[in-house]
Amino acid sequence: MISVPVTHILFVSFALFFIGAYGFFTRRNMITMLMAVELMLNAVNINFIAFNRYLYPGQLEGLFFSIFIITIAAAEAAVAIAIIINIYRRFKTIDSDDIDSLKF
Amino acid sequence: MEGYSYIIWILILPLLTFLVTGLGSRKISPTLAGIIGTTSMGICALLSIYTAGSYFGYYSNGVYPSLKVFDLPWLSFTENLSIHLGMVLDPISVMMLVVVTLVSFMVHLYSIGYLHGESRGGVYFSYLSLFSFSMLGLVVSTNLFQMYIFWELVGVSSFLLIGYYFTKPSAVAASKKAFIVTRFADFGFLVGILIMGYVGGSFEFDAIISRLTNPESPEFLTATGAGFLGISLLTWSLVLIFMGGAGKSAMFPLHIWLPDAMEGPTPVSALIHAATMVVAGVFLVARLFPVFFQVPVALDLVAWVGALSALFAAIIACTQTDIKRILAYSTMSQIGYMMFGLGVSGMGEAGLGYMGSMFHLFTHAMFKALLFLGAGAVIHYVHSNEVSDMGALRKKMPVTGLLFLLACLSISGIPPFSGFFSKEEILTAALMKNPVVYGIGLFTAGLTAFYMFRLYYLIFWHNKPYHDKPSPLPRKKEAPLTMMVPMILLGFATLVSGFFPFNNFVTSDGKPLEITFHADLSAIAIGVSLTGIALASVFYLRPGPWPDKIATALGGFFTTVYRKFYIDEIYTLVAKKFIIGTVSPVANWFDRNVVDGLMNFTGTVMGVFSDSIKVWQSGKIHGYLLWFFAGSMIVLILMFIL
Repeated sequence: MISVPVTHILFVSFALFFIGAYGFFTRRNMITMLMAVELMLNAVNINFIAFNRYLYPGQLEGLFFSIFIITIAAAEAAVAIAIIINIYRRFKTIDSDDIDSLKF
Repeated sequence: MEGYSYIIWILILPLLTFLVTGLGSRKISPTLAGIIGTTSMGICALLSIYTAGSYFGYYSNGVYPSLKVFDLPWLSFTENLSIHLGMVLDPISVMMLVVVTLVSFMVHLYSIGYLHGESRGGVYFSYLSLFSFSMLGLVVSTNLFQMYIFWELVGVSSFLLIGYYFTKPSAVAASKKAFIVTRFADFGFLVGILIMGYVGGSFEFDAIISRLTNPESPEFLTATGAGFLGISLLTWSLVLIFMGGAGKSAMFPLHIWLPDAMEGPTPVSALIHAATMVVAGVFLVARLFPVFFQVPVALDLVAWVGALSALFAAIIACTQTDIKRILAYSTMSQIGYMMFGLGVSGMGEAGLGYMGSMFHLFTHAMFKALLFLGAGAVIHYVHSNEVSDMGALRKKMPVTGLLFLLACLSISGIPPFSGFFSKEEILTAALMKNPVVYGIGLFTAGLTAFYMFRLYYLIFWHNKPYHDKPSPLPRKKEAPLTMMVPMILLGFATLVSGFFPFNNFVTSDGKPLEITFHADLSAIAIGVSLTGIALASVFYLRPGPWPDKIATALGGFFTTVYRKFYIDEIYTLVAKKFIIGTVSPVANWFDRNVVDGLMNFTGTVMGVFSDSIKVWQSGKIHGYLLWFFAGSMIVLILMFIL
């Protein structure tokens, strides 16, 4: 039944996380940064599911955590997009380098 | 004690009146405020008289006990240290309740007429209620700390009322002077309270008295054993407490505020600066009398300060020309009598001075309030405080003149008016203990008769031509009814209160005191007073050259007395040279360099530090991200290493 070893799945989630991190650090467009954050969150989700399935198959905590994270990610996307829209209205841009008035 | 629990209303009613008239002073008319205040004070007076009747009536066959009707812990710090608030009934507090509520009621009623047409009357009546509340709280205090709280409250209401005419610079200065001088004295009082609380182990009067009057008790041994500068702690505490009392009661040399306090409205002078607040010092000494009696030095101090103040004030009063200032100095002189009455008293069977002092407090409250209210009626009519603007008023104000004469006879100690009886007992007690004080008291009695009749003649006789006055006096006759009724009631009290058998009620140990009537001593005192009156009649009944001639003959001495022995000038000099010249520069330097310097130093350090790190806050999100990433990497690496 179990043909895929856990290391394969962990490798996928590892790759996904650092793709997200790379995107988060290099992109200047806020929408893209938000998308990168979503990638990182999904990498964590995969991790949870994998450990739950392979280490403690009889328990449900990992699944619950994933569902929590999906819910929060949805809410976070809504809030973040609202913030980005407001930023756009004020600065006429969503490039994070141009938004630097909050300083000393 | 449940039987007396209604006396809480004697405190609550004035407080409520203060709140209602104070908060609503813009909404309700001054007359309505006056009616509210008068009604509430009238109820308090009735309650007090009822309390006195039931208290003195119930225990009439034995010793009057000290009843703690209420005693609630207010602030409890530790097991042994807690401050209570309560109400105590004993002979002197019951007597003071009656005096304060009665005089306050009269003054409230009188003020309705006196302040007619004043726009700020509501505020005035609320201050008056605040004062009545504070004074009543003071006299029923169960412990020194509660007394101190109410002591400061009467001080503040006195300040507010002296400064009632706040557009007059002299009134503002007088209110500040009164507050600062009494506050200075209260500093001594507070230190005295703390020492006494420390050595006595309690602030409660009954505990202090029972411990510090028992020579065997550990507290007494500590208090007399430990000393500072060669004087025992007990003596220190009593002297300092007496300093507070002397400040409030305007005893030499802390008397300078009282004459200036006459800038306030005249009814206020009658209530606060003649009948009630200024006798708080006497009340304080009487309250702690058993402890004072243990320390002859402190008691002698009370006697001498009292006697010298009595003489000093009487001499000054002979030269003054402001009607209210003469009365103020006479108040100071009469309080001096009460003080030395206490100072020469003994306990128990020998407690004649104590009883006489309390009796004089009672009678003085009545006749001095009458004198002030009479003076208020005259001032209301003449619109001047100077006696030179008055004269021959007996035809225009016959009733006021008669009442004023009655009060003058009473204060001069002419039988059968009330002052005779009380002054007689004080003088007899003084003769038994200290003949020098007796001599001073007797001489002062003569002076009192002289200056009071000088005042009476200058106001009501002494026909003078009026053509030099800018506007002739109006044809108006006596003062309005609201002013006449309290004066007539007080006149009645002046007539009858001397026959009150005080020795059965208010004594140093609560037991009735046997008094014997000394016809020879009375004859001497009456003779001295009559001499004073006769001299005043010769000089002042009609305008004559004698007063000016004598003043010229006395020369420098007269000027010195007229300028009140230059005490005010000495105070000013000390304040200028010592405080402004010596203390202030040092304090100024300390404030500018040490206090401000410390603050500025902290500020500078913070400024330099934050200047160097503020560039980190660039506003660039990716910069923060990198810092965050670096930080998490460092934490991660540290976790692997450790």
